[in-house]
Amino acid sequence: MLKVRGLCKRFGGLTVTDQLNLDVGAKELHAIIGPNGAGKTTLINQLSGELFPDEGSIEFDGCYVTGMRPDQRALAGLARSFQISSVFPVFSALQNVMLAVQAQQGHSFGSWRSVLSDTRLTAPAYQALEEVGLAQQAHTPVNEMAHGARRQLELAMSLATGPKLLLLDEPMAGMSQYESDQVTELLLKLKSRYAIVLVEHDMNAVFALADRVTVLVYGRSIICAEPDVVRRDSAVQAAYLGDEKDRIGEVAQ
Amino acid sequence: MHEIVNNSPRWPATNANASRLEHLSASVNWTAAILILVLALVPMAASAIGELYYVTLMTRALIFALAAVGLNLVLGYGGLVSFGHSVYLGIGVYTVGIMMDHGITNAWLQLAAALLIGTIVAGVIGALSLRVKGVGFIMITLAFAQLLYFFCVGLRDYGGDDGFSLNGYSDFGLFQLGDNNTLYYAVLAVLAFTLLWVSRLISARFGMVIQGCKSNERRMVALGFPVFRYQWAAYVLSALICVVAGFFIVNLTRYVSPAYMQWTVSGELIVMVVVGGIATIVGPVIGAIAIVLFEEFASHAAFGLPGNADAFIHEHWLGALGVVILIVALCLKQGLYGSLFKRSARRA
Amino acid sequence: MLTWNVLLMQVLNGLQWGLLLFLLSAGLTLVFGIMNFVNLTHGSLYMMGGYFGAYAYGQTHSFWLACMVAVVGAAIVGVLLDRLVAASLYSRDHLDQVLATFGLILIFNELVRIVWGGNTSVVNPPEMLTGSVEIFGLRYPLYRLMIIVVGLLVSGLLYFIIHRTRIGMLIRAGATNTKMVSALGVNIKRLNLIVFAAGALLAGLAGVLNAPISAIQPGMGEPILILALVVIVTGGIGSIKGAFYGALLIGMADMVGRAFLPIAMTEFFGRAAAQLTGPAIASMGIYLLMAIVLIARPQGLFGGRHA
Repeated sequence: MLKVRGLCKRFGGLTVTDQLNLDVGAKELHAIIGPNGAGKTTLINQLSGELFPDEGSIEFDGCYVTGMRPDQRALAGLARSFQISSVFPVFSALQNVMLAVQAQQGHSFGSWRSVLSDTRLTAPAYQALEEVGLAQQAHTPVNEMAHGARRQLELAMSLATGPKLLLLDEPMAGMSQYESDQVTELLLKLKSRYAIVLVEHDMNAVFALADRVTVLVYGRSIICAEPDVVRRDSAVQAAYLGDEKDRIGEVAQ
Repeated sequence: MHEIVNNSPRWPATNANASRLEHLSASVNWTAAILILVLALVPMAASAIGELYYVTLMTRALIFALAAVGLNLVLGYGGLVSFGHSVYLGIGVYTVGIMMDHGITNAWLQLAAALLIGTIVAGVIGALSLRVKGVGFIMITLAFAQLLYFFCVGLRDYGGDDGFSLNGYSDFGLFQLGDNNTLYYAVLAVLAFTLLWVSRLISARFGMVIQGCKSNERRMVALGFPVFRYQWAAYVLSALICVVAGFFIVNLTRYVSPAYMQWTVSGELIVMVVVGGIATIVGPVIGAIAIVLFEEFASHAAFGLPGNADAFIHEHWLGALGVVILIVALCLKQGLYGSLFKRSARRA
Repeated sequence: MLTWNVLLMQVLNGLQWGLLLFLLSAGLTLVFGIMNFVNLTHGSLYMMGGYFGAYAYGQTHSFWLACMVAVVGAAIVGVLLDRLVAASLYSRDHLDQVLATFGLILIFNELVRIVWGGNTSVVNPPEMLTGSVEIFGLRYPLYRLMIIVVGLLVSGLLYFIIHRTRIGMLIRAGATNTKMVSALGVNIKRLNLIVFAAGALLAGLAGVLNAPISAIQPGMGEPILILALVVIVTGGIGSIKGAFYGALLIGMADMVGRAFLPIAMTEFFGRAAAQLTGPAIASMGIYLLMAIVLIARPQGLFGGRHA
């Protein structure tokens, strides 16, 4: 589904992405982990189209998308969620998701019919909200919603676009253990339906969900393998200092 | 705060919020209807008290209300601060004025020509301006407005800086705009229709996209919307509404002048929209009426104040307006109309 | 008509006008770029410089004293503006800023009318600067030459401050990342105040320097404000270098265009056409220039995040 070859990105003298290769299969959940500053968000931005790489190619679903704008990639089936919830505070949860649905339904020049009476929008939106467990808050204005609910909404919006691949940028950021577990449950459900690229710090989630794990250090992929292999790899353990290393060690126990 | 038209389906989800929003929208549409009704009574009221001048005054207010409603489309709902919308007033004024000068009084032809020119100009300016975000956009729209202002000043054959006056008025076939009352009702009708159309538009797909772009453009792009074309369309649409306002203004004043295209007029339009209440349907109307009436009374009314205070106020009412604008900008963020509804949701 | 002398005269005039514009644009571009603040009141600060200078001149008949009063006065007004109004607007969105500063323009114009009346005030250049000097065979007014010199000195000073001093570094850093700079312990509010006041000072200087050449009247700030806006948009918002080259470019284009375009029009299109559009083309010229630059490079010539 996703083939990345030789991806390079430099900011001035700093190489943030260094000859990166990545393969993600059609129903695979591929996690990307790495210490802070490894270039994970830059990688996501290049995959989604907000940044253009200096070198390399990105092939999605058989098409080279390296030069495509983010909106074009979204229409091609590459959906992305944001690390810091990027939603529409003025609207209700339902309206947020309806916008996501609307994007995929051709042009949006309709000027007379109210969107709330348009079941082509409301039905899929409501379905997406149910999927992530937000159906109860469908009509709540987003700026009244709690942080955890907003992260769920973030996810619902990405789902509502009917994507082929989900780029999830730290979906569990800022969540409590309970909330993280819920999201992990959800992602397990979704695993079989989409290709997923998951950037996360929460190691429990990563090792519970991932089919394969890529470890990113200073923009380079130092290993790409099944979770068990990664967790035992000495280079990975060396790359992580302090907390992370202990956590990997704990999980390994 | 987003306004939703009154027909949301019954989801099993908690409807407390839904009905509150519904109620809000219902009252909003009622407000528009009542406002139009009240305004329709003005000519009768004016002749009843024998002050026919008020009809002309209110016509002017309604024309600016129309322009403000147009600006609100990009400014309030779209979040694009255009400092050059007076240009489109000018396009309406000059196209109609020049045609009238050459003997073409057919209103339909005049409107068609004005709208065509307006579309081309707005299309070009919009396309160039939207390439730049944030502060740059404001400045570029201002600069383009200046460009066209000087172009019109340079039209020596048409009075240049001073402009020229007209003898005729537009003829719709069934009626002419030569009579004060007819003009008033024509403007009111167009305003009413525009309000209706904008309120439908805002709740429709196009309106949602525009508001989405204002709220979080990055997300809109990530969802797959080609943002540029929708903002462009909204810009052109708002410009055309101002062109129609220009068509009416030249019929009201029977004078063609580049003064309508000055950047201060653009500023005044923005003031009207914000003072009334941005991103509301009737806000701009209320703001326009308020500002035009303020201008009128501050510079002419007898307040009965001691000493030279009256004359002082007449002389320096612009300064008073400046103070009002400053206060609104600093404190009264929701505008006059917006503040009437204590919205719990903060502005995006 | 197109003699060497006339051309040189216009080029020098363009240089002088451009440098004057730069004085105004430098402060403006920093405020726009670093503080992300749409400040339309900048033209009013220019006007206050002119009026303070005129007042001081009226009292003392000393040009140099008038300059000092103007500069200090404008800076004080700038500080007051920042503390009282601007500080609460920095975090607001551009619409609020446009509105507030637009209201302030109206207030300033009226204030000036109330205090000094609507008539034009006069400032005369100092004795030693009347008269002219020979440059390459052209007799050029000494006063305008002085403006050129002052303009270049200020430009040099600004360059030095921005690129070689600590405060300049902070200003440039503040342009890129305000939060980071304040996290480093720098008082952002004070930095903003300094930038704002410095801009006001320069605007006041421009106002008093231009006073002997142009009219001091209510509303004199707005036309030049718009030109300054064109300059910073063309040069790149936030970039002093952009303001410098942009101002020179626009200043030259304006002067040379106004002087020669009507002539060129007559040459190529005949008298009638020139009569019809000549002056208009000249005024439109700079806006067309800006449009062309923006088509090629939307962020301006030196746009991006540099001071």
